This record gives sequence, C-alpha cells and structure tokens, in this order.
Amino acid sequence: MHRENSRPAARYGLIAVAVLFLALFLVLPLAAVFGEALSKGATAFGSAVTEPDALAAIRLTLLVAGISVPLNIVFGIAAAWAIAKFDFPGKSLLISFIDLPFSVSPVVAGLIYVLLFGAQGWLGPWLRAHDIEIIFAVPGILLATIFVTFPFVARELIPLMSEQGRDDEEASLSLGASGFQTFWRVTLPNIRWGLLYGVLLCNARAMGEFGAVSVVSGHLRGITNTMPLHVEILYNEYNFVAAFAVASLLALLALVTLVLKSIVEWRFDYHRGGAGH
Amino acid sequence: MVVAATGLASCSSGSDDGGGAVQKAELLNVSYDPTRELYAEINPKFAAKWKAETGQDVKITMSHGGAGKQARAVIDGLDADVVTLALAYDIDEIAARTDALSPGWQKRLANNSSPYTSTIVFLVRAGNPKGIKDWDDLIKPGVKVITPNPKTSGGARWNFLAAWAYALKKYGSDAAARDYVTKLFANVPVLDSGARGSTTTFVERGIGDVLLAWENEAFLAQKELGKGKFDIVVPSISILAEPPVAVLDGNAKRHGNFQLAEAYLKYLYTPEAQDIIGKNYYRPISPEAEAKYASQFPKVNLVTVDDEFGGWQAAQKRFFNDGGVFDEIFAKTKR
Repeated sequence: MHRENSRPAARYGLIAVAVLFLALFLVLPLAAVFGEALSKGATAFGSAVTEPDALAAIRLTLLVAGISVPLNIVFGIAAAWAIAKFDFPGKSLLISFIDLPFSVSPVVAGLIYVLLFGAQGWLGPWLRAHDIEIIFAVPGILLATIFVTFPFVARELIPLMSEQGRDDEEASLSLGASGFQTFWRVTLPNIRWGLLYGVLLCNARAMGEFGAVSVVSGHLRGITNTMPLHVEILYNEYNFVAAFAVASLLALLALVTLVLKSIVEWRFDYHRGGAGH
Repeated sequence: MVVAATGLASCSSGSDDGGGAVQKAELLNVSYDPTRELYAEINPKFAAKWKAETGQDVKITMSHGGAGKQARAVIDGLDADVVTLALAYDIDEIAARTDALSPGWQKRLANNSSPYTSTIVFLVRAGNPKGIKDWDDLIKPGVKVITPNPKTSGGARWNFLAAWAYALKKYGSDAAARDYVTKLFANVPVLDSGARGSTTTFVERGIGDVLLAWENEAFLAQKELGKGKFDIVVPSISILAEPPVAVLDGNAKRHGNFQLAEAYLKYLYTPEAQDIIGKNYYRPISPEAEAKYASQFPKVNLVTVDDEFGGWQAAQKRFFNDGGVFDEIFAKTKR
C-alpha cells in the first residue's frame, strides 16, 4: 500500500499510457466504425441492415453459430471429461489435437475442406454424383466454423475439471446416483461458469470468423455470405455506409460478449475463490 | 448448393411475393472483380425480359473476385451456371480441369465470346502531381504503382502484358522488356488479389501515385468518388482486353437451366444490354452502342494478346505459371 502510494507519478504515468493506448487502438477505431455507419443518418443505417442480403447474412451467421456452439459444448464437455477424469494412453496427444485449430491458420482450415470436399478433392466426385453440396454452400461454412472454434470449450474446461478431480463424482456414484444424475447434479454445477465462459468465446469466434469461411464460401450474396463476408462485399462495392452498418452490428455483438464475459469472469472467480477456502 | 440456395432464396423472398407458387429459376454467375455494378444493372433487366417471355421468375446470384481465384473456385466445385471472367485463359482452365464445358467454348458466341472489350489505363491523383504521362514514368524512382497480383487477378495480367508490350515496342528486345517490368514491379508497394481490392487501396486508403486499372474501373472510381479527385491518363500503348463469357454446360444441364443460362449470355449481345455495357464504361461491340458511347472512350493504340504473345495459353505459360517470368521478376523485386 505504502509503496504504491509513494510513487504516484509512475502509477499515473502507467495508467495514462494504458488509457491512451486503449483509446488509440480500441476506442477510436470502434467509434470510427459507428461514426461511418451512422454518417448518412439512422435511416440509411436501418435500411442497410434490413436489406434482404444483409438479413440473409445475419440469418446465416446466427444459424452457423446456433449449430456450431452447441456441438462445441457437447464435444468440449466430453473431451474435457475424458481428459480430466480418466487416465489413458495417448492423452497428451489428444490434448495436442484439440489445440490444433489454434495453431493452424484459418486459411489452411478452409483449404483442408476444399481438399476433402472440393470437386477436385478426395470426396468431390462422389459428392457430386450424389448431388451433395458441401463446399461453397452452408455445410462447408459450418464445417470451417466448427473447425476453428473446436478448442474453445474444451480448453476452458480441461484445467478446471482437472483441478476439481473426481472425488465429487465418485462420492455421488457411491451414494447410488446414476451416471446422468451425477453429471447433471454434480459435474455441471461445478463447471458451469467455465463452460459459459468457453461458450461466449466460441460464439464470438463463430460469428466473427472470416478467413476459413471466406475460402469455402464462394461469396454468393444472400446464400453463402456470413456477416463478416458481407461487410467485405459491401466495402468492395463502395457501399461504405452499409459495410460499416453491418460491421457495427458485429462490433455490438463483440461488446455484448465482452460485458457478458466480464460478468462470467467475476462470478467464475468468486465461485473458484469460494471453493478454494 | 442448389438445395441451400432454394431454401434461403425462398426465405428471403417469401415476404415479397407472398409465397406465390410461381416456379422460380436460379442462375449463378461467377464473375471477375469489377463487374459488380455492370451485372447489378443487367440482371434485373434480363430477369424482366425472361419473365415477359416465359412467365418464369429468375433469381440471379453473383459471385465476384479476382478472375484466377474465381476460376479456381469453379474448378473446386463452385457450381456456376455461367462464368463471365476477365480473360480466356481462366475459362480454358475450367474447360481443361472439369467436364463442365468443352475446349471449343470460345467459338460459341460472337466476338470470341466477349460481349464487350476494355483496356488498361492509368488512374492518377488530381492534377497528376507526379507528371505521369506514359509507361516510362512508372519506373521512375519514388513513383508508387498500384496493381493487383497477376497470379490471382485477370486485370493484373492484362496490366502486365500491356506494360511488356510497351517496353518491347520501345526498346526492341525481350531482355529490355523484362528489365522494364522488373523495375515497374519494384515500384509496387501492395499487391491485392483482385482489381477491386487495388482500386480500394488506391482510392480509399490513398496509397500510391498511379493505379493500373481496367478502363471501366478507372471511370467508375472517377464517377463514384466525385469528379476532381482523380485523372485518367491514357498511355501511348495499351492492350485490347477481351473478357469472355461461357455457359458451363455440365453444371447448367444438371441444374436444368441450360436454356436460361444460354439466353442470359446471348442477352449481353442485345442492344439493351450493349447500352448498359457502354453506360458502365465497358466498350460495347454492337455498332449502335459503339457509336453512341464512342466519345467517352479515349483513342488508345491497342495491341492484342494474340498478335503480341501468341494467345493466352502461350502468354500464361510463359509469364504467369509457376516458375514463369512473373515469378522470376517478383523474386528479384523483393527487397
């Protein structure tokens, strides 16, 4: 306490630097996005985000997030459970595999699916013969999004569940609870804040992903355009107000995520702290 | 894609047509980068004409990007009914690598299947502060030249060949031409993947002194972003660009819209479409539209890829394929 107070200059200096940095690199660009979006008035903003192609992009983005996030929850809990509560050979290999999408560039993530499902790809001819569309269609976008968001929930839960150990579950099972009851009544309440945190991050990435989705999209307006891709198209058409209007929706989404994340972090720490004592 | 397209199309248009039971035809046009405004104007006109003639509604979906990138996507399975690309080689490539169309595709429509032509000009900042008048001015020290990447962009390949043709004519040897183009690319600070990306770099981000641009793109930048911000400079030599169109028979027949696709491309040759083409600063080929818009186009001394480089196949192999002249030049210019 005393040491901190004894050097107010250093402290305020550091704070000033941090605030300036944030203002310059975060607040100012964000303000610019909203400023440009509203530069021709609220009506122009409104019509830009309710125009059919924009609505289709919003719908597609919500659809992709709505499918990939729940899948991620199921996979993440299953993987974290297996890794944290059991010992088996190849465990660290599995952890490395889960981390793979973090280390692979999103462009590569997209190209993987082109290589697999593209017309010249391994499964392409068979898919075409059976009239199944994956690349340059919604399934491809979904696959690419699932790939890049793969680790979010699992990575959040693995350390948490490892730390908690399996004593609670063993107690529950030995007292006669079924496997599902144990999961629902014991495990889930223990991990809920960590899970929610993972879901938020996963959702933000699912809605915001550009690179991987761009490779497999084909950029068909109103059909395979997600919000980030729609922003690019509008920008390239010199339609700056509309581009920034859709971008500001994405930015709003990020802000909401940020607020929720802070709340969850606060609860999470509180919970953890409480459990630790 | 067809399934998804139908599903989403009915979602988005359900509110407009009240869910009427009219059968709706769909068409996917995969095009190069700067044609966004052109087809935005042509598509509704064609749809209205098709509706009047057949009673069928048609929904035309567009995809835009660098021509090479777009051709690659079609080869990888982007299910286009028609392609309208920047140069013949990219469609040749689709013919060679898929069974969607036959190698003789370019003879099927008039004028080498090119419903319009264009050329490459320079777009400079207002008042031409760097005094750029011809190709030689582009290699002066301190001049920043913006062009897209010839590996992915059709327009960039036309740029490259126009520059080469100029240097070859002026200095008389391939070695001198290569030297000139090497110096040119040493002055390029950014290589975008498509022509529109380059225009945005030059116009919006304010990077560079001169943009090597499609003539239509140069006019559009002038028109869209207000007069007085840019000047167009016409070089002493440029190249006749013929951006061709083709129906991808294999895809269109599988979708059951071959006739629609063919009618769509033939429509581009009608007086109505030729007029729209001229209005969007592409050089129309019908005599009437050509006469009507003649005054807006500068007189340019044009070489052709066939006369100068022995056609696109040869030019592509020599300059742009892996290990070709562009790769060698580009490796040299990396600082």
